[in-house]
Amino acid sequence: MIFLDFEKPLLDLYDQIEKWQRIGKSKSLDVSDRITDIEHQIENTRKNIYKDLNGWQRVQLSRHPERPYTLFYLSQICDKFTELHGDRNFGDDKAIVGGFGSLDGETVMFIGHQKGSNSKTRQYRNFGMPNPEGYRKALRLMKLAEKFDKPIVCFIDTPGAYPGIEAEERGQAEAIARNLFEMSQLKVPILCIVIGEGASGGALGIGLGDKILMLENTWYSVISPESCSSILWRSWEFKEIAAEQLKLTAKDMTGFGIVDGIIEEPDGGAHHDPEKMAQFIKQRIIKELKELKKLDSEERIDLRIDKYANIGEYDFSE
Amino acid sequence: MTWLKRIRNGILTKTVEKQETPDGIWSQCPDCKKTVRKKELSSNAYLCPQCDHHLRIGSAEYFEILFDDNKFTEIFSGYRAKDILNFSDLKPYTTRLEQSKKKTDLEDAIFCGEGKINGEPLVCCCMDFSFIGGSMGSVVGEKISKSIDYCIEHKIPLMIISKSGGARMMEAAFSLMQMAKTASKLSLLARAKIPYISLMTDPTSGGVTASYAMLGDINIAEPKALVAFAGPRVVKETIKRELPEGFQTSEFLLEKGFLDKIVHRKELKQTISDFLSYFKN
Repeated sequence: MIFLDFEKPLLDLYDQIEKWQRIGKSKSLDVSDRITDIEHQIENTRKNIYKDLNGWQRVQLSRHPERPYTLFYLSQICDKFTELHGDRNFGDDKAIVGGFGSLDGETVMFIGHQKGSNSKTRQYRNFGMPNPEGYRKALRLMKLAEKFDKPIVCFIDTPGAYPGIEAEERGQAEAIARNLFEMSQLKVPILCIVIGEGASGGALGIGLGDKILMLENTWYSVISPESCSSILWRSWEFKEIAAEQLKLTAKDMTGFGIVDGIIEEPDGGAHHDPEKMAQFIKQRIIKELKELKKLDSEERIDLRIDKYANIGEYDFSE
Repeated sequence: MTWLKRIRNGILTKTVEKQETPDGIWSQCPDCKKTVRKKELSSNAYLCPQCDHHLRIGSAEYFEILFDDNKFTEIFSGYRAKDILNFSDLKPYTTRLEQSKKKTDLEDAIFCGEGKINGEPLVCCCMDFSFIGGSMGSVVGEKISKSIDYCIEHKIPLMIISKSGGARMMEAAFSLMQMAKTASKLSLLARAKIPYISLMTDPTSGGVTASYAMLGDINIAEPKALVAFAGPRVVKETIKRELPEGFQTSEFLLEKGFLDKIVHRKELKQTISDFLSYFKN
């Protein structure tokens, strides 16, 4: 298990369990009461820690190395899933995956950022940072879904669109802009769920939809707290303050009306019980898609564009 | 052994008596570093007379270049940024806003006007880089959104002149969502078959490039303008090597297929006018 800095009290308790197990073994003592007791303490401590996390702590959780990613969730929530590859233009981006899946007997087009879980796969997935062909693959799949009248579900989890030379050459900005433009007019329902990091244009590039949800311990903003700190404070040291200032948690975002709802995570975060998390997500997708299908496509498009038109805070006087 | 000896130390000229060149007469070209008279610039479409460098100008200057007899009506004035997040970095956002307003005499980083180009009506939304780096926040998004509605209602072509460092960090997710807001409104303009010309000027980057700037029916840029998604510094830090010559300039974008044309500022008005007539006739 990996413990984050604010989970330190848990680490101590787990160490105690280990200690008692060792004592029990070496002295042939029955320590099970002791251990159950500590396990209770662990549960309580975990609940307490997780009750009220601040922005930076949630950013850390959203990046937890054991946190489940798109393909894991798809393996759990779909009866069947077939990944589809390539943008038909340049290549197959590994940081965005997509394909048809069967959810509760119905076909859904799933698209999501994908990160790796060890150093080899992390590199293979480019740390979840897509190149333009990733966004273009996503758009191709969305158009395919539209053609056959299948709803789209997007999982968002990226530290940002990749800022490399080739990405710029192949038009990272154009790819993201095009997706925003086209997604506004797609005739099928689009549901977007932030499952980890929602960093800026890289997240929004597959994030425009009828309903936007966030898992409890995720973040969504215009910039990562680290980059914000480096630009505005001219130092990397202010990331925790930047995280607070950016008001990037699921709670903040629903409060602003930018995000439509929160999917609760199991105690200890999504990584603590990934299967349970997947079930929470599955139930919510089924429920939301059912609602969205009630509208006809014109109505849905109008509501979608109106929703974005209404986002913005300013003063007005003649 | 010297002939003259300094008896008092330091510079003793009183600063009040110091003769300084008054502001607003001379200007230095940031490219060739030669000094030019400001008067000369305004009569030369704000190009350096020595090297033809396109100097950074604001909405007032672009309107002067574009609109017939510099006549236009401002549309959607009166929108002012709000510090909804109570944001403060080294300076509170409210202070930044006040200082920018005082310095630039502008309401925010965009100015929208309606006027005529060689007799044809046009709505032009022009960004001002001098206002917090031309950053896009709620006001920029709303004014563009309103202008698009206006163009649809009155069937007038739209032009947006981008000049921006990207989304405004102090409005966090609100500014991010302006990308979605403007792009989705542009999809309505497209459905109404109303032309949209996007002009990218130095610099255009971040969330502005990744939304309305790249979505023109016609995408044009000024010569040698920086047009990017991730700024050169970020790219350099990521890849940890030097960037190729001319990377992320408008010439580079034209070569890579993201621009229709690079337009010299002296030909800007005629080019726009030509496009409008292609769409119309």
